[in-house]
Amino acid sequence: MKKFRLPIFLSLTILFLISSSFVSCTKKEAESGKSLMMSTTTSTDNTGLLDVLAPEFKKDTGIELKWTAVGTGKALEMGKNCDVDVLLVHAPASEKKFVDDGYGVNRTELMYNDFVIIGPKSDPAKIKGQSVSKAMQTISKKKARFASRGDNSGTHKKELTLWKDSKVAVPEKEEWYIQTGQGMLQTINIAAERDAYTMTDRGTYIKYEANHKGNPPLVIVVENDKSLFNQYSAIEVNPAKCAQAKNEFAKQFISWMASDKGQKMIGDFKLMDKPLFTPNAKK
Amino acid sequence: MEYLAQGFISAFKLLISGDEQTYSAVFTTVKASSLSICISLIIGLPLGFILGYYDFPCKKQIRAVVDTLLALPTVVVGLLVYAFVTKKGPLGDYNLLFEISGIVAGQVILILPIVVSLSATAIESLDERLKNTLITLGATGNKIILSSLFEARFAIMAAAVNAYSRAIAEVGVSMMIGGNIKWHTRTITTAIALETGKGQFAMGIALGIVLLCIGFFVNWVLIFFRKRA
Repeated sequence: MKKFRLPIFLSLTILFLISSSFVSCTKKEAESGKSLMMSTTTSTDNTGLLDVLAPEFKKDTGIELKWTAVGTGKALEMGKNCDVDVLLVHAPASEKKFVDDGYGVNRTELMYNDFVIIGPKSDPAKIKGQSVSKAMQTISKKKARFASRGDNSGTHKKELTLWKDSKVAVPEKEEWYIQTGQGMLQTINIAAERDAYTMTDRGTYIKYEANHKGNPPLVIVVENDKSLFNQYSAIEVNPAKCAQAKNEFAKQFISWMASDKGQKMIGDFKLMDKPLFTPNAKK
Repeated sequence: MEYLAQGFISAFKLLISGDEQTYSAVFTTVKASSLSICISLIIGLPLGFILGYYDFPCKKQIRAVVDTLLALPTVVVGLLVYAFVTKKGPLGDYNLLFEISGIVAGQVILILPIVVSLSATAIESLDERLKNTLITLGATGNKIILSSLFEARFAIMAAAVNAYSRAIAEVGVSMMIGGNIKWHTRTITTAIALETGKGQFAMGIALGIVLLCIGFFVNWVLIFFRKRA
């Protein structure tokens, strides 16, 4: 008897491995009739907005929206490589370059939220209520700790322009300037651990507030400045460059997002009773 | 610290309640790593046997390269495979990106060195007299390979479990190639990365515990059968 156990065991294992490889396969193939691949930024995914929009979009159009959430830099790169059909990103300058270079068409502004500068409740650099450029200058002068994404994302690019517009050199190698190279919420957490200031989009901040049940260690110190505006746009990958891109579905997605229904759903999406995004598609 | 307690509780809840998203990630993980381990064993065992059994020129150098590849960072494998499977890459037409098949390709590259290196060591450490006995008894070709592999079965099973563990626990390839797409390529590890990104640390720990359960199950099966045999 003993002799036969190992072969039996081995064949059972192999059977299990092979069957587990195929069973779920057939199920998935049945599902994926019409699908649209999108690369987007972490903020739309981490806040849960897309989890709300995708099922409704499927109900209305029959198209399954699949998305991969990466930094804006990588999202645009995937567009250049024809890996996705549509993009939903928030770095207007890079987006315009992307379109001008012929990689994308039909850039459509869909919604916005705004950036805020947050910091410890004690506000060590005393920048509360200042204008953005004043606040950035003060942080730099007082060498108050500041956490930066440092990952070439839309938020990071925005932060770099803020330093530039405030006439402060980007504090690349300063000891008080912490470049995390991580996502927004991780960066906020690092800032909280180090008593640092940081810049974030309001949507992620509200999410952070919700995670801390409304009493987070970092609070908003600078907000409502015109330069903190954060526009989200969708872009179709140029079908002339990417023959396989599902341009028809991409068009449908963008017009659905810009439709009254899509815009209303974006506006109605709330966390802790606060809206995260404001729809602003042009009619 | 409260994350840990919460994590344990929610891990339990997720598994008991049959949470659809968790099970989707579990299935994706098991499917991808099962496929990769099958392919790696089919390719790796003969290679490991050759490397462990025969003497040939440059054997030591090849061995050094294989052992070095054990340290391949998962993200580098991800980037490497991405360069091939992106639509603009040489394998772009096969649509491997954002698919489980793409993850499998990356994982095979990742774990093949483990299978080759550990099975070569297993064959090498067999008693020298076994080879002589087999030849004396008139064994040839396939017979020698199969008998040697059979004698080294436990070490080879350990190699397989080792490789499987690395496949289910890696995050670089699954993230870069799979893209963490909900219901499709979201594995347990990319889900953990996402939950951490969302600041849901307890949920991340819960999923980590789910992953450890799979690993424990695999190892337990191995121990069980080793005792029996």
